[in-house]
Amino acid sequence: METIRFILRKFFEDKVALVGLVIITALVLVAIFAGVLATHPGDVSTFHPADRLQGPSLAHFFGTDRMGSDIFSRILFGARITITIAVISVGLSVLIGVPIGLLAGYYNGWFSDLLMRVSDIFLAVPQIVLAIAIAQTLGPAIENVILALSLTYWPFWTRLVYAETRACKNETFVEASVALGASPFRVIVLHILPNISSGIIVRTTLGMGSTILTAAVLGFLGLGPPAPSPEWGRTIAESRQYLPNAWWYATFPGLAIFMVVMGFNLLGDGLRDILDPRIRRSKSNDR
Amino acid sequence: MTLEPPISRVATDRPETAKPILDVLSLRKYFPIRNAWGRRKGWLKAVDDVSFRVAKGEILGVVGESGCGKSTLGKTIMGIHQPSDGDTIFEGRSTANYDPGQARKLRRHLQYAYQDPGASLDPRWKIRRSLHEPMIIHQPELDRDQRAERVSEMMRAVNLPETHLDLYPHEISGGQQRRVGLARVLTLNPSLIILDEPTSGLDLSVQATILTLFMDLKRKFDLTYLFISHDLSIVRMICDRVAVMYLGKVVEIGDTEIIFSNPKHPYTRSLLSAVPTVGGRRVTDDFQLEGEPPNPGNMPSGCRFRTRCTMAQADCAKAEPPLRADWPGQSAACFLAE
Amino acid sequence: MTGDTLLRVSDLKVSFQTEAGSAKVLDGVNLTIGRGEILGLVGESGCGKSTLARSVLGILPKNAARITDGTILFDGENLLERNEAYLARVLRGRRISFVPQDPFSSFSPVFSIGDQFMELMKWKSPEITDAQAAARTILSSRYGRARRRRDAERVMEMLSAVQLPQPEAILRKYPHEVSGGQRQRLMIAMALLTEPELIIADEPTTALDVTIQAQILKLLKALAAERNVAVLFTTHDLGTAWEICDRIMVMYAGQDVEVAGSADFFARPNHPYTDRLLASLPGAEGGLQGIPGNIPGFVSPPGGCRFHPRCDLASDACRTTRPGVTALGSGHAVRCHHPLGTQFLKEAVT
Ligand SMILES: Nc1ncnc2c1ncn2[C@@H]1O[C@H](COP(=O)(O)OP(=O)(O)OP(=O)(O)O)[C@@H](O)[C@H]1O
Ligand SMILES: Nc1ncnc2c1ncn2[C@@H]1O[C@H](COP(=O)(O)OP(=O)(O)OP(=O)(O)O)[C@@H](O)[C@H]1O
Ligand code: SF4
Ligand SMILES: [Mg+2]
Ligand SMILES: [Mg+2]
Repeated sequence: METIRFILRKFFEDKVALVGLVIITALVLVAIFAGVLATHPGDVSTFHPADRLQGPSLAHFFGTDRMGSDIFSRILFGARITITIAVISVGLSVLIGVPIGLLAGYYNGWFSDLLMRVSDIFLAVPQIVLAIAIAQTLGPAIENVILALSLTYWPFWTRLVYAETRACKNETFVEASVALGASPFRVIVLHILPNISSGIIVRTTLGMGSTILTAAVLGFLGLGPPAPSPEWGRTIAESRQYLPNAWWYATFPGLAIFMVVMGFNLLGDGLRDILDPRIRRSKSNDR
Repeated sequence: MTLEPPISRVATDRPETAKPILDVLSLRKYFPIRNAWGRRKGWLKAVDDVSFRVAKGEILGVVGESGCGKSTLGKTIMGIHQPSDGDTIFEGRSTANYDPGQARKLRRHLQYAYQDPGASLDPRWKIRRSLHEPMIIHQPELDRDQRAERVSEMMRAVNLPETHLDLYPHEISGGQQRRVGLARVLTLNPSLIILDEPTSGLDLSVQATILTLFMDLKRKFDLTYLFISHDLSIVRMICDRVAVMYLGKVVEIGDTEIIFSNPKHPYTRSLLSAVPTVGGRRVTDDFQLEGEPPNPGNMPSGCRFRTRCTMAQADCAKAEPPLRADWPGQSAACFLAE
Repeated sequence: MTGDTLLRVSDLKVSFQTEAGSAKVLDGVNLTIGRGEILGLVGESGCGKSTLARSVLGILPKNAARITDGTILFDGENLLERNEAYLARVLRGRRISFVPQDPFSSFSPVFSIGDQFMELMKWKSPEITDAQAAARTILSSRYGRARRRRDAERVMEMLSAVQLPQPEAILRKYPHEVSGGQRQRLMIAMALLTEPELIIADEPTTALDVTIQAQILKLLKALAAERNVAVLFTTHDLGTAWEICDRIMVMYAGQDVEVAGSADFFARPNHPYTDRLLASLPGAEGGLQGIPGNIPGFVSPPGGCRFHPRCDLASDACRTTRPGVTALGSGHAVRCHHPLGTQFLKEAVT
């Protein structure tokens, strides 16, 4: 309780993190209440060819697309897709990456080395290329995007957790619980994991931003969920042939992507400071 | 609350003949020394061929220069460090051939109280949780209430208020952290406890409480202690025997009273002469031990103490003096001691 | 020996927010140190010695601690009115340095010791003037090669002054790879390297054997005598206090109870707690004696003199009002309603 109050207070002191928090909260709310907030909730799947490519107006805040659907409403529904993709694929990456990192970091030996080499191989190939390759092979569908993203992003968590576990393992309190007779499971899950959790939280927040960006690129390349999905990347891809006249067509989804990615990055950077154990634990480290 | 010194410290049955609980046999622990590029360029001999025997129910003091390998010795006996060579026999069984599961069970009987009390407590755990942990690990048969009762009992024994159970380690004072660390290892009533400077950072009154607790537990459960300390007056008061270490080696070992009243090794002598005593002459005004402590990665030939020894002769550089048990109840590693 | 006043803490009150309520840990503490003076600070474990040190340095945990009253004058300026940036850049680690009680947690486990020394010298080297330190920006963080070399030399010299053989090898290690006493000496070296005017040493020699301790004490004594450095020396070892302190101050449960010159302190303790403390010195009468009773809780501490629940002489006045200062001459002062006076004169200390 105390901790939560402390974190909230910190947020209000750190304006940048607060901006990030507001953007992300807004995104989540929009995704949940898309059905209520959208001015034309039906426009995700219905078309009005008569109204196609109209500029922003009171009826259509962000204008309409080539099918005459309301871009504003489609962006709201797109937020749902974006959130789903980001949450599930980042969640899967964490589930794969963190345990591998913990095990490889805690134990020494060929198995740890093997795990780390495998993650290195994944890291060596540029993320986007790997994701494209996987999505290409599996075909355009939202599940495949999620799979492609999870498979490419888990090594980031492995690397981070591996390094932090290595450092944490040298701390006396870890050695002390081993000396007390604690089992490796106990040491890893109850002592090490909580102590490195702030790094994981920050990495996860930042990871959301980059996953959303990659998902948009996949959508843009036509590897995302198929039409008529309101996925943001796909929308931008569709808009290309109508540029520069229908400027609103690409601008608003683009802005949405930009805002959300920036939101996660600001939040992540803010959390880095807020969760810094030395600030939290208020140790007298300054000298 | 007065702590009397043990009545007959010069025990009549020599501990060597009493039932041993721990046998340390030529134990060595070397750490690699690395150069700027991380390549190994030599060995730091933190513990170098140390042998001694501890009888059940005995308190063996370990004293010596800072950095001479006392903590490393303790941790190697515990199995926290793998020995480079040698063996320890605990309760009749070599600790080297335990599998990990057995080794964990062994920890119930063999405990180590850390020198850095603050660092040995998980910063994210409240004191209460840290104190419950040993029982959760080793006594799963106890339920929450039984554990809580035991925790309160230990808190009283180390003179801490129960309100401190809800604080985090960084929220309590250094001496309080020390006492929490001790309570944590004492809850299990292990048969041998390695206490690494258990009284440093405690004021005299709390020291008395803690030492009384040690003696009580020893009386009740026949505990054995390996008592690492820099406080020679406490060592003299509570230890049956004492081992003096210098640069990874035991240079003198024997009955406490004999060593304190008639030290044979020149290092022991300079150590004893540097104890500051209220009202006495000031040690800082006329300190004896001159010269730098040698580099443990590059030991002097022959006797390790010869570079700082006032008695050193040419012979001292030629061979390492063996630990000679030439005196009743006392052994020393010096050629010239007689 | 003692010059003009360098640090004056008056009536300092500090409390911590805890789940059980606010813990009033410091309750009107007063302290003065002159330049070149070594002041010993003794008192029961948990009585607030480290809290006092942290208050002076301005490193109390911000979310939990509150300074409710008092002033801290360092060289004439009230530190409680200074902002954090000034304290961090100009004062802390430069003019006032700190040897923390727990050297382990003050090192970062992920950098080598050498890196941590060079980082310290980069920002706090004695070559940096106060003005430069105050104006520090990212751009001014340049660390020229010449200065780096001079600083590295300083580090080497200091390490051998604190009795660490083979400085190069030690600097390459990580904090968990050195012994407890070596870590403590490294911490002392860090505090001395920046050539401060005041050193706050919180039990700096607990992990050292008596021979090395003697050399460190000698070093501190020499700094005080030759460079006019003031030292606030917290310790539980009265023998050590006897070795180097000019004056000794006793705290009990967050209150200062007695202060006296070193010889007077041991010869004529006037506060009942001091008297008890000295009586519990090991070897005094056969064994180690405790003081009956416990240090009181800080959430609802006893009123008046906080020692009254454990004091044989306690009267009604003791339970209601905190005793004022009774001056006993030659800098000896006691805060007790019933000071022991001279009838309890101890056997003369030579
Ligand atoms: N952050 C905190 N929150 C709550 N209580 C605290 C906090 N920090 C310290 N305390 C309490 O304040 C009291 C004084 O602590 P302090 O560390 O100043 O003692 P000390 O005199 O240095 O003791 P020692 O000799 O054992 O180091 C202790 O009882 C401690 O529990
Ligand atoms: N993990 C390690 N890696 C490398 N060297 C180490 C390691 N641990 C200890 N050493 C070195 O081994 C020597 C002995 O260290 P140890 O901690 O046993 O000393 P100690 O006798 O306990 O000293 P103190 O009284 O200062 O605690 C020291 O020179 C130290 O630097
Ligand atoms: S003021 Fe009273 S209670 Fe306090 S020490 Fe003096 S006599 Fe004892
Ligand atoms: Mg040690
Ligand atoms: Mg303290």
